[in-house]
Amino acid sequence: MKLFILLVVVVGIVAIAQLARVYELTARLRKTKEEDISYADNRLNAKLWLLFMVLFYAGFIVLLAKYGDYLPVSASAHGEGVDTLMDFNMYIIIAVFFVVNTLLFVFASKYYYRKDRKAKFFPHDNRLELFWTIVPSIVLAVIIIFGLRTWNEMTGEASPDALRVEVYAKQFDWTVRYPGDNNEFGLANYNLISTTNPLGIVTAEGIAESLEAIEAELAALKAEVENERGVLLNEKAEIEEELHPSHGHGHGDGHEMSPERKAHLEARLHDVEAALNSGNTTVLSEEAYEAKKDKISRLERHIQRIMEIEDFSYESNINAWDAGKDDRIVKGEFHLPVRKEVEFIFRSRDVIHSAYMPHFRAQMNCVPGVPTRFKMIPTITTDSMRLVMNNPEFDYILLCNKVCGAAHFNMAIKIVIDTPEQYEAWLKEQAEYVAKEETAPAVEPEAAESVEVVVADSQTAIVE
Amino acid sequence: MAGHNHHHEESFISKYVFSQDHKMISKQFLLTAIVMGVVAVMLSIFFRLQLGWPGESFSILETFLGKWAPDGVLDRNAYLALVTIHGTIMVFFVLTGGLSGTFSNLLIPLQIGARDMASGFLNMLSYWFFLVSSVIMIFSLFVEGGAASGGWTVYPPLSALPQAMPGSGTGMTLWLISMVLFVASSLLGGLNYIVTIINLRTKGMKMTRLPLTIWAFLVTAILGVLSFPVLVSAVVLLLMDRSMGTAFYLSDIHIGGEALDVTGGSPILYQHLFWFLGHPEVYIVLLPALGISSEIISTNSRKPIFGYRAMIGSILAIGFLSFIVWGHHMFVTGMNPFIGSVFVFTTLLIAIPSAVKAFNYITTLWKGNIKFTPAMLFSVGLVSTFVTGGLTGIILADSALDVNVHDTYFVVAHFHIVMGMSAIFGMLAGVYHWYPKMYGRLMSTKLGYAHFWITLVCGYGVFFPMHFVGLAGAPRRYYDYSSFQFLDFVADLNPIISVFAIVGGIGQLFFLFNFFYSIFRGQKSDANPWKSNTLEWTTPVERIHGNWPNELPVVHRWAYDYSNPAYDEDFVPQIVPLKAGEEEH
Repeated sequence: MKLFILLVVVVGIVAIAQLARVYELTARLRKTKEEDISYADNRLNAKLWLLFMVLFYAGFIVLLAKYGDYLPVSASAHGEGVDTLMDFNMYIIIAVFFVVNTLLFVFASKYYYRKDRKAKFFPHDNRLELFWTIVPSIVLAVIIIFGLRTWNEMTGEASPDALRVEVYAKQFDWTVRYPGDNNEFGLANYNLISTTNPLGIVTAEGIAESLEAIEAELAALKAEVENERGVLLNEKAEIEEELHPSHGHGHGDGHEMSPERKAHLEARLHDVEAALNSGNTTVLSEEAYEAKKDKISRLERHIQRIMEIEDFSYESNINAWDAGKDDRIVKGEFHLPVRKEVEFIFRSRDVIHSAYMPHFRAQMNCVPGVPTRFKMIPTITTDSMRLVMNNPEFDYILLCNKVCGAAHFNMAIKIVIDTPEQYEAWLKEQAEYVAKEETAPAVEPEAAESVEVVVADSQTAIVE
Repeated sequence: MAGHNHHHEESFISKYVFSQDHKMISKQFLLTAIVMGVVAVMLSIFFRLQLGWPGESFSILETFLGKWAPDGVLDRNAYLALVTIHGTIMVFFVLTGGLSGTFSNLLIPLQIGARDMASGFLNMLSYWFFLVSSVIMIFSLFVEGGAASGGWTVYPPLSALPQAMPGSGTGMTLWLISMVLFVASSLLGGLNYIVTIINLRTKGMKMTRLPLTIWAFLVTAILGVLSFPVLVSAVVLLLMDRSMGTAFYLSDIHIGGEALDVTGGSPILYQHLFWFLGHPEVYIVLLPALGISSEIISTNSRKPIFGYRAMIGSILAIGFLSFIVWGHHMFVTGMNPFIGSVFVFTTLLIAIPSAVKAFNYITTLWKGNIKFTPAMLFSVGLVSTFVTGGLTGIILADSALDVNVHDTYFVVAHFHIVMGMSAIFGMLAGVYHWYPKMYGRLMSTKLGYAHFWITLVCGYGVFFPMHFVGLAGAPRRYYDYSSFQFLDFVADLNPIISVFAIVGGIGQLFFLFNFFYSIFRGQKSDANPWKSNTLEWTTPVERIHGNWPNELPVVHRWAYDYSNPAYDEDFVPQIVPLKAGEEEH
């Protein structure tokens, strides 16, 4: 097969080469030069411009006819304004597209070279130039004013009684959190993230558990590092050397070792020997030893960062560490009530993601460390949209639109727009955060697999 | 300064390898760019195979990519690497290094009447930095974990954390190192171009008599010198985050099963730094192409370029505005909506000088006497792509509309047409037009015709339908769209786009063959084959160090006296003195 492809390529190149040679020879016979474009060639290209124009426009019109209704009617309130603005801009640019391209192609085809003509010497015309500076300026002014008005409506503050929903991104799935009955999100901190606490929600118990887990890991690592055989042997040799210098030089001449120093060294020597004889020694390669020491200092800083988590109360007097207990966390799909303003708060665990909801004309990046917001009012329930689309399987979707790794193309979550009653019923079914033993992620198997591979790889890389 | 024009014997090495002659350096840039361009086009065809027929097996993929395409199906990580390196090579190595490097080098001394660049040595260094950086970029395709894969903009934290994806390992480090060298090359070249244009113009070559090519190269070089250092700082900070434990771009991250040890930076900072270069970069790519097409359209329409001063004004206006619009790449990063409004305003302002340029081109064609050389065809094609692609920029600049099309195929369509196609067309036009100044021969016109029409049709065939794919909500940089029901609506466009891409890619063989064949067998060129006014056509056909064998030419008029009614010939070279009583334009 490879040979065949290679053969085709070679034959193709040879064929072009031969064609070119034949052409070159005939050209020499006719004594035409490359730079002397013949009347026939100029006319041919002139006609080709017209032909191209017709095909180009025909293609555009076919595309418009077939794909012009690229998205169903907007399912959000601000989206209607966006669509109106879009249509307005589209009419303008499509009109300009046709006018300007037509002028270009028609002039190119009309004024091809003829020996008996001379081109019109027309270096400039201030009135014309003023005209096509001012007209675009006016059109653009209208576009800018209309655009900014829509933008301001979209981006204003959300009303205080808007439903707040947190959308949390990580490689490669979405988690959505509702604030629960107290209407406040629990404080979240990335230092507390674990398999049982995927959002890092702060609770006093959670902090205690995390600290306990980290300290246990730390103790195990320290034991390993402190009982490393090679290091202990080295230390033993050094202490013995200092206590009983084998050579005359060094720090032996002149002053004697202080008694405190001597006692300290002897005690340490005793410990080291005890450790060596205990049978608990570990043997680590130099790299593994360094890696573990590195891990120890990272864990120590991790503890420090957890200790620094502030304890405070929100304006509603609810404690930030308590607020999370009734938060509801969902995966796989999330629901919103129709005709109620919702304010999304976007967060990310690892890299930049983007929450893109094309049916709602909504998008916002999810940036680690920098929460972002977007507000909207869903206007059409999923059921109604299915009727509108005449498609009983239609679903709204939120998908990742900022490249985030191998499974980026698979990172999506279903949105369901409910009637208020349906929504309330659904929300009640969702367990509260503290009531949950484990939020086993309902990830697609493919994505989950790659996440685990990444996790396993980096851990082995660090630990080994 | 290469002021001496006595002939001395040159060794092979000093003539062809470590040459300080601007004409040789220009050819070195061009050949490197062609090689890089072939690589980038091949990469794009590989990933278009996957996008057109997702999951299907192609033995050609396995032949070229080996373990990246097990059983002929492109690997997901490899897909991202291909997309990233395709973009990087096209934007930086072909359209920045290749375009400016080739034509600024070739044309600046020849068109302003100088014997060489202000510093031949810096010029040579510029090329060697470029070559080394190209080699590193290609080499990065072969390292463990693959090349950089976070998209050509390499946003952190994805690009900062090797845990985030395989391509953020060694491949990413090499990408950053390559980019630092590339910027060094660009700065050496740019400073040289500016100094040469300001200081070495021949007698009579006032700024207002400069060909528009030179004006475009000048503004391009200024943009590069002002903005590329910012890219270097962005890249160096990223390197430090990756290898020295800093956290300029890292904050509150939990990845690979543990909390990241450092925090306190902002990923958005990188985007500001990157796009402060990134947007002027668009015009660094585009302006030289516009300059080249101004020259070619005027010459082949046998008419003065319409509104010469307005053209200069719009180049300057575009150059200035390009520095205050970078935020339009960041409307959905959560930036303050008011700042967003400011960027909407400044961005849409750019449409005004752009419109002036487009209308001036069209008026230049009006009542012209147009010779369709391949260079002319590509230049007219450029005007069309510049208009078509520029118009969708109006949608993207409008923040309210950008929200729903940001990072979709609509953006891919927009910038490939307005920047990719236009700049490539400008570059190809330049190659066809100034080939005689490089090799003393002409390329085949007929093969040029075939090349142009295939490229135009396939270019639009690839990128025009992408508007609709994007409007339907298809995000870019997806490996496969088939799992989204709502995108089934545009699913049958993807194979069509891929077919156009493959045909268009193969069509470039016409160019490659024509280019390399004509070096040896092309028809020998006359001194001024296109009957052009500018100074480069007053030099001898056999290329000599120092450009003019005797005195430097003296300039008496502007570059665009085509079909001047006071003369019988339809062109009046810049070296012809004004007739008694003739008024300069």
